[in-house]
Amino acid sequence: MGINIMFWILAAMAVTGALMVVNMRSLFRAALGLIMCFLSIAGLFITLSAEYLGIVQILVYIGAIAVLIIMAVVMTREVEHSNLASPYKLPAIASALAFIGIAIWAILNTKWPTTVIANDMIPPLQTHSIGQLLFGQDGLVLAVEIAALLIVVAVIGAVSVAKEK
Amino acid sequence: MDWSISPDWPGNFWLRLIIIAVILIAFVMSSVIMFIWMERRVIARIQSRLGPNRAGPFGLLQAFADTIKILTKEDIVPTLADKVLFWAAPAIAFVPTLMIMAVIPLMNGLQLADLNVGVLYIAAISAVSAIGIFLSGIAGNNKYSLVGAIREIAQLISFEIPMVLALAGLVIACGSMSLSKIVEAQSIPFILLQPLGFVIFMVAILAEINRTPFDLVEADSELTCGFNTEYSGMKFALLYLTEYSEAVVGSALITAFFLGAWRGPILPGILWFTIKMFAVFMFILWLRGTLPRLRIDQSMRLAWKGLLPLSMFNLFIVSLQTVFFPDLALWISIPAYIIISVIIIILWAMFMRKERQSSNA
Repeated sequence: MGINIMFWILAAMAVTGALMVVNMRSLFRAALGLIMCFLSIAGLFITLSAEYLGIVQILVYIGAIAVLIIMAVVMTREVEHSNLASPYKLPAIASALAFIGIAIWAILNTKWPTTVIANDMIPPLQTHSIGQLLFGQDGLVLAVEIAALLIVVAVIGAVSVAKEK
Repeated sequence: MDWSISPDWPGNFWLRLIIIAVILIAFVMSSVIMFIWMERRVIARIQSRLGPNRAGPFGLLQAFADTIKILTKEDIVPTLADKVLFWAAPAIAFVPTLMIMAVIPLMNGLQLADLNVGVLYIAAISAVSAIGIFLSGIAGNNKYSLVGAIREIAQLISFEIPMVLALAGLVIACGSMSLSKIVEAQSIPFILLQPLGFVIFMVAILAEINRTPFDLVEADSELTCGFNTEYSGMKFALLYLTEYSEAVVGSALITAFFLGAWRGPILPGILWFTIKMFAVFMFILWLRGTLPRLRIDQSMRLAWKGLLPLSMFNLFIVSLQTVFFPDLALWISIPAYIIISVIIIILWAMFMRKERQSSNA
């Protein structure tokens, strides 16, 4: 019951935040709407008892991405009125509706795999199971290493682009 | 004597939540008042002044007098400010600092939420608080505030990485991210077992809470107080409160992670916690009385070229010990860690100095 109420509050906040992002005239407030959206989604993760994902959502999306977006907004001129309306309204609405349709169809038609945990079994800690999945035996170590390599390449690339000759 | 509180006391979930939340807020607020008084008196002492000594015994009531004065001040909102943000920013800055206190164990069992991702939670929430301070700098539409706000974000991004890496060393050493487990693992405080991690964490916390020598966010002499220049009245009071509650939370974090939190003989846990927390703040004040302020480029160089490699090295030696010598005797590991830390810090400082001289030439 309480979880249901929380879900609707958080969902409403997330949608409001998302609407703020697209509708606010001031880019700066739009960025704040984005932060509100991210925070509510983190809250949704936590109501689903996925604390780890919720916290990482805050850490990565608010602590890093939103901060960078705000930083970029501050560096931009004409912040107050720069969130201009797009001239392509009809195609945008059509493609958004099509996307929503496909997403709903996919969600309804997917068989979500679930595992039933017996009553007497203590569910494993999430952080541990994620760690096992990433770094354990038969885990995804190779994928993690490749991702890390990609990020290093991106950082070096950014430095070499930004560095003055 | 055993001073612990059982984890389901007093039996009702909501009652426990409310009681502990009230205790935490009262703890933060009273510590803030004591911190303000201590800061003014100690800094006065260091600078051979008297400090506030008129209101109440030893000037103890000065903070209350200041609060009453500030409440009666006129509340000014600049014409060109973004009104909504200007109102919301102090609250956005203040609430997360209180939220961090939720996972800190003040005493055995006196903890609002024992999250099993506690360390990550602290890292995540402290970023949200910085956004609030950043907003208060932007919303006033003042050039000085803007510079302060940008410095805040630059400093936050730079020092968060060594801070989290230093905490990762702790997490590896005790195998859990829950703060109660980390405190339980500290039969020997981690300051002895991971001295390098402690130094890195201490410096990073100083930068995150904007204390000297990293107070260039609110540098009075160059930025006219930076992000809070345009604020007055109650909103200024809230920002001031945020600053000091950040200091409380920072000292509490150092206490919980490296000084063994509530652990100690005879006295009840919460008293030990308070004593250690005030000792940490005393050290911070001592630094403030001693060190000059860094320039922004010096602060950035320290974060990226100094602390980041050191914290990676710290993570490396801690993981090495955890994997290969998990049962190392304390009389070997403590001196070994201290000697390695001192040597590596001196070597790295010499290296950075040489590198700077060659880049200047």
